[in-house]
Amino acid sequence: MIARLLHGVPRHALLLLVLMLAVLIAAPLFAGDYLLTVLILILYFAYTGQAWNILMGFAGQLSLGHALYVGLGAYVTAALYVHFGIGPWVGMPAAIAISVACGASIGFLAFRFGVAGVYFSILTIAFAEFARIGFDHFAWVQGSSGLFLPVANYKANDIVNLRGQPVMFYYVILAMTVVAFVICHGLLRSRVGYFWQAIREDEFAARSLGIATFRYKMYAIIISSGMTAPAGVFYAFYYNNLFPEQTFFIVRSIEIILGPVIGGVGTLFGPVIGAFLLTGLSEGLQNLLTAYGVDAPGVTRLFYGFCLLLVVAILPNGIWPPFAKVLRLDRLHDKSET
Amino acid sequence: MPAEIYLNVAVSGLLTGLVYGLMALGLSVIFGIVRVVNFAHGEMMTIAMYIAVVLFASMHLDPLLMMLPIAAVLFGFGYLLQMTLINPFIARPEHSQFMLMVAVALIIVNGLLLIFGPDAKSVQTSYAFDSFAIGSLIVDATKLYAGLAAILVAAALFAFFRFAPLGKAIRACADNYTGALVVGLDVKRLYALSFGIGAACVGAAGAIIVLIIDVTPPLGPTYTLLAFVIVIVGGLGSMPGALLGGVLIGLTEALAGLFFTPSAKSMFAFGILVLVLLFRPEGIMGRRLA
Repeated sequence: MIARLLHGVPRHALLLLVLMLAVLIAAPLFAGDYLLTVLILILYFAYTGQAWNILMGFAGQLSLGHALYVGLGAYVTAALYVHFGIGPWVGMPAAIAISVACGASIGFLAFRFGVAGVYFSILTIAFAEFARIGFDHFAWVQGSSGLFLPVANYKANDIVNLRGQPVMFYYVILAMTVVAFVICHGLLRSRVGYFWQAIREDEFAARSLGIATFRYKMYAIIISSGMTAPAGVFYAFYYNNLFPEQTFFIVRSIEIILGPVIGGVGTLFGPVIGAFLLTGLSEGLQNLLTAYGVDAPGVTRLFYGFCLLLVVAILPNGIWPPFAKVLRLDRLHDKSET
Repeated sequence: MPAEIYLNVAVSGLLTGLVYGLMALGLSVIFGIVRVVNFAHGEMMTIAMYIAVVLFASMHLDPLLMMLPIAAVLFGFGYLLQMTLINPFIARPEHSQFMLMVAVALIIVNGLLLIFGPDAKSVQTSYAFDSFAIGSLIVDATKLYAGLAAILVAAALFAFFRFAPLGKAIRACADNYTGALVVGLDVKRLYALSFGIGAACVGAAGAIIVLIIDVTPPLGPTYTLLAFVIVIVGGLGSMPGALLGGVLIGLTEALAGLFFTPSAKSMFAFGILVLVLLFRPEGIMGRRLA
């Protein structure tokens, strides 16, 4: 299994990865509290970006409603915890199941009835908005007044219930990101992965070659939505409060896709690099502004906007592909070599 | 509840729906001709709304009178946007254009947030509380003026596309891109004009709608989505469809607000969207998809 995963990966790429991982594992040793929270945010976006990338980057279906799966994952586990004291790891399968059921229904509706392109994107937004308004009126999870998890000043880390200090959350999200990376790497070079890429490049041609496009697109949305749900679990237990207005809002979905789009859609490193760049730069900007005593709401998002504009206009394939070329990693089954 | 209340609410929804329709008309023109998905549509409307608010606050100019100047400003904005930013993206894949417009939308929302802050701004006209009584039917004066203004602008637009040589040329670009190039039309300029016209529509709609709703920066994404729902329901690229879809959604929202709670009204709009996507994906008045 491991041998198969490693097969064909260049030595220097592997070295780079191990080095990166070592730095990330050691980070809490030298990073202060603030830096740690920034790193957590970065890894969170790297994870969600990776999950989104399966649907868009691999299979070519642009979802603009991934906040739906994050929100479902968050709400399901938080509600189970608050109401029945069921821990997040036990609740997670339920969260994934519900998320997948939603993803599969959207996929079925869209792919069965030939809803594609812009229409598919709008449909995904519509369902996320539907959930947002629905949860606003869902009394069991406190509706629009928000669902809160009990919080205390934790001295010890309780990994079973995900209650504890930032360092624990850091390692949890790091582990999740690594697992997601490995899964995506495995998927990309699997039979399914090649079918997805064929569908992405030309669905009509893929079908004429005998690929069951409906089934493989369904696999993509199922895996992507299922992988996104744990991010919601993390979100709920890390932030301890959930508001439908925030969790399901369309801006959340857009934040998820910014990383991979800027880093490089359809690449493995894209979501990671994009998350590092965007979150890192915007936090830096925020600090700079705070240091100069400027209190301007919306500056970071404005910055996101200009970043996105620049990258889309100048590097349509994202930052990673040209970067990969320099590092001679571009043969690492990354796409967009035209 | 007395029976008249349903009729009153329905009429109010219908009039608001006409303004929605005008807004969606702009989106439909842009998609139908330039084939670009304008994901910053609602954001463009909030620009127009803020212009109306500023004009009213500083010089006490009525938004309805300022409708044409505001539309002209938005026309310029749309024209320049298409000429400089969007034109290189015409041949790019759909999702790439989408991302570009998402970026534009982010910049507009947060730019407005920086300039105007997060508080809601509104326009209080002298006729804000006037109403007309037609029998037992009570019609809000503001909404009546808004609906009439929307019909007027839409009619002017239909006439332009049907009779004006320029309108015909623009339709030619939409019908056959290569053909339009062959007969010597300046497609790049016509595309920019079309985007400008779409922006002008949403500008006019913004100037009108500011009479009905307060404006905040985050209103943009909500209305972008609403505009998309309307044009997909009506038929993407069909101009009468956009108006019809607007009225339909306006009516649905008003009645849903009456029967259920106003905060859940958009759920019904999305419900209609899902039904349309499932059973008639080309929209009520759209041409059948290939």
